[in-house]
Amino acid sequence: MDAESVRAEVRAWLEANWSPELSLVEWRNKLADSGWGCPTWPVEWYGRGLSPSLAEVANEEFEKIGAVGTPGGGGMGLAAPTILEHGSDDLKRRLLRRIVTGEDTWCQLFSEPGSGSDLAGLTTRAELSADGDEYVVNGQKLWTTSAHHAKYGMLLARTNWDVPKHRGITYFALEMHQPGVVVKPLKQMNGHASFNEVFLNDARVPAANAIGDVGNGWTVALATLAHERRSFDVLQRAARSARGQGRAYDEQRAETTQIMAPYTWYPQRAGRADLIVERAQATGKARDPVVRQEIAKLLALARATEWTAKRARAARMAGRPPGPEGSLGKLYASEIARACSRVHTLITGTDALLSGADGPLEGVIAEILVSVPAVSIAGGTDEIQRNIVSERVLGLPKDPDIDTKKPFRDVPRNKR
Amino acid sequence: MRWSPSEEQDELRRTVRRFLEETSPTTEVRRLMETPEGYEPGVWKRLSQELGLPGVHVPEQYGGQGLGFAELAIVLEEMGRALLCAPYFASVALATNAILNAGTESQKAALLPALASGESIATLALTEPSGRWDLGGIELQAQRVADGFTLFGEKSFVPDGLTADRIVVAARRPKTDGREGIGLFHLRGDTAGLERRPLTTLDPTRKLARLGFRGARAEPLGEVGNAAAALEKTLDQAAALLANEMAGGAQRLLEMTVEYAKTRVQFGRPIGSFQAIKHKCADMLMSLELARSSAYYAAGCADESAKELPAVASLAKAQGSDAYLEIAAEAIQIHGGLGFTWEQDVHLYFKRAKASEVFLGDPTYHRELFAQRTGL
Repeated sequence: MDAESVRAEVRAWLEANWSPELSLVEWRNKLADSGWGCPTWPVEWYGRGLSPSLAEVANEEFEKIGAVGTPGGGGMGLAAPTILEHGSDDLKRRLLRRIVTGEDTWCQLFSEPGSGSDLAGLTTRAELSADGDEYVVNGQKLWTTSAHHAKYGMLLARTNWDVPKHRGITYFALEMHQPGVVVKPLKQMNGHASFNEVFLNDARVPAANAIGDVGNGWTVALATLAHERRSFDVLQRAARSARGQGRAYDEQRAETTQIMAPYTWYPQRAGRADLIVERAQATGKARDPVVRQEIAKLLALARATEWTAKRARAARMAGRPPGPEGSLGKLYASEIARACSRVHTLITGTDALLSGADGPLEGVIAEILVSVPAVSIAGGTDEIQRNIVSERVLGLPKDPDIDTKKPFRDVPRNKR
Repeated sequence: MRWSPSEEQDELRRTVRRFLEETSPTTEVRRLMETPEGYEPGVWKRLSQELGLPGVHVPEQYGGQGLGFAELAIVLEEMGRALLCAPYFASVALATNAILNAGTESQKAALLPALASGESIATLALTEPSGRWDLGGIELQAQRVADGFTLFGEKSFVPDGLTADRIVVAARRPKTDGREGIGLFHLRGDTAGLERRPLTTLDPTRKLARLGFRGARAEPLGEVGNAAAALEKTLDQAAALLANEMAGGAQRLLEMTVEYAKTRVQFGRPIGSFQAIKHKCADMLMSLELARSSAYYAAGCADESAKELPAVASLAKAQGSDAYLEIAAEAIQIHGGLGFTWEQDVHLYFKRAKASEVFLGDPTYHRELFAQRTGL
């Protein structure tokens, strides 16, 4: 198919089907039936099998008439692509459609208190019940965005302690609304709770909910993590509030509010280069040549980062192999956040002592200043990102293996 | 704006890279940097005749290939990567653009074909012993005489100023200052009243000269005394192009360094397996990619967005200078003691990085320009 025939077809379909008076679920069921909601997915699973660049053409047509699309958040961005790649047909049938319609939201039960950067060192255990139909899960997860409303969790749990750490993990779709799953907000140093802790006490998951083979969860997790590195696009999409009037729009606005709420003071928002010029001019600091140099460095960094992301995206659209520019986004984000904190402090001066209503910009600046350390840690520390970049992009040798050959049972680990 | 290169651009890059791998290995760079001319006429002839590189972005009606700055930027990136010793930057990135920006139609028709074909080599004489890169630093005077103009004053830091057979000179009318009364002139390298002397340079791969004008006769380019805008545009374009040249050098340095870190064994393992080294390499890649994105974007603006070019050219120059030097310094560090020996190639790039940091204005100067040009 070429771009023009895709454009014509999606336009005709939208003309015949889109109405803002539909409920969100009614409308998205039409999307699922037609394949236009997720055009890159396979035809047999609610998609059209189109290339990313042709899918972009379809998206453009949606935007032109302001038609609502699929939901943002971890369901579409992380769970669905993982299930498409590794899930059984039974799981695809049971789970995918309700992700597309937005009826089921998802969260990611990966990180644990004892295993931070060493994700494969997780100790949440899933043990097969006597009848072999289900697993019983015990452990604790944290840094879980959206756990308080998620219907399902993407759960990594250890099912075998007698093999090396990467081989004893299984990936499950866990129902969150059940006895044995307790979700508590986790308060950050900036005073907000963007994440949750999740306690799993004899929670149950059907054996048929394993995504991929038992013991092969690490491979499946890598697929999710690869999608997570690209999740920025999905967030942007969810943040784009629909402008129109009508039931579908109203329901979508409510949905977006729910999905985006944790991101209001999510640490990743600490980089606010956009406020710098205005603040420097308002405070008169723009006349200080030293401050001007620092501002220019920061603005250059922010713009060059944006262009680098565009290069990565263009390469993906053109179907080129991923270049180095794609792996660096997270590191640039923490660099920008640090630079922003430094320059905002330069501009703010002594007022940086104040927060809340007494603070500059009603406390926004104080939020920027105290949110910055999280950026270098959340979503994989800068150190881990540098390891990834140097090993996978530059091809430098890996660190010597210490714990990847022996049974996980025998590996020294944090006391719980 | 093109964010991903076209097939044709990829092909151009491959062709130029192949040519430079053959003609500009570092053994040849080391030989040429010791000569007063600093380039190999046979290689210049081939890159002109076989590849048409001096005319890559020159419009076809003036004997060029009619491509854009994006393509010229690719050529410079590859030349920076190979540390090619040749008067290319002086003749193409500076003088040719000055003529394109300031010349009248008949001047372009008269001057450009010889430059585009590489038969003639030109340069731009802008900076004076004060070392200033802005128009306010121009003191050299153009005096009107009965049948033309004569030039009086000194130029310094003129790239390939000794070998260029045609020189474009920035001058001013007597009793003017700032951007007022700026004129561009051109004269042949053997004109009476022009004295040329080579300068001993920190980076011997880019030759610089000092030129004395003692009443040398010169022709004005375009309208006399009204060349400020054309000269500023030329400098912005050159800053964008130098940023691409620097990105190419930085890329090559990173490749050499990563290769070394993979093979150099200490404490029983390749040094590239130590996080201290890995993280340095990742940081080098980060700076490189930002510099490269800025350089590409600036070259794109030179083709497509004249309004954005000034700010973005300064951004790219500052970003590129810092990145290149940082990467060169880390490259030496990772190479250890070997890194600061004469026999290892890293210092050749380090010197080009240091010289490029200052050439056309240092990062502090360009960051201030960027701030002004973004309305700060």
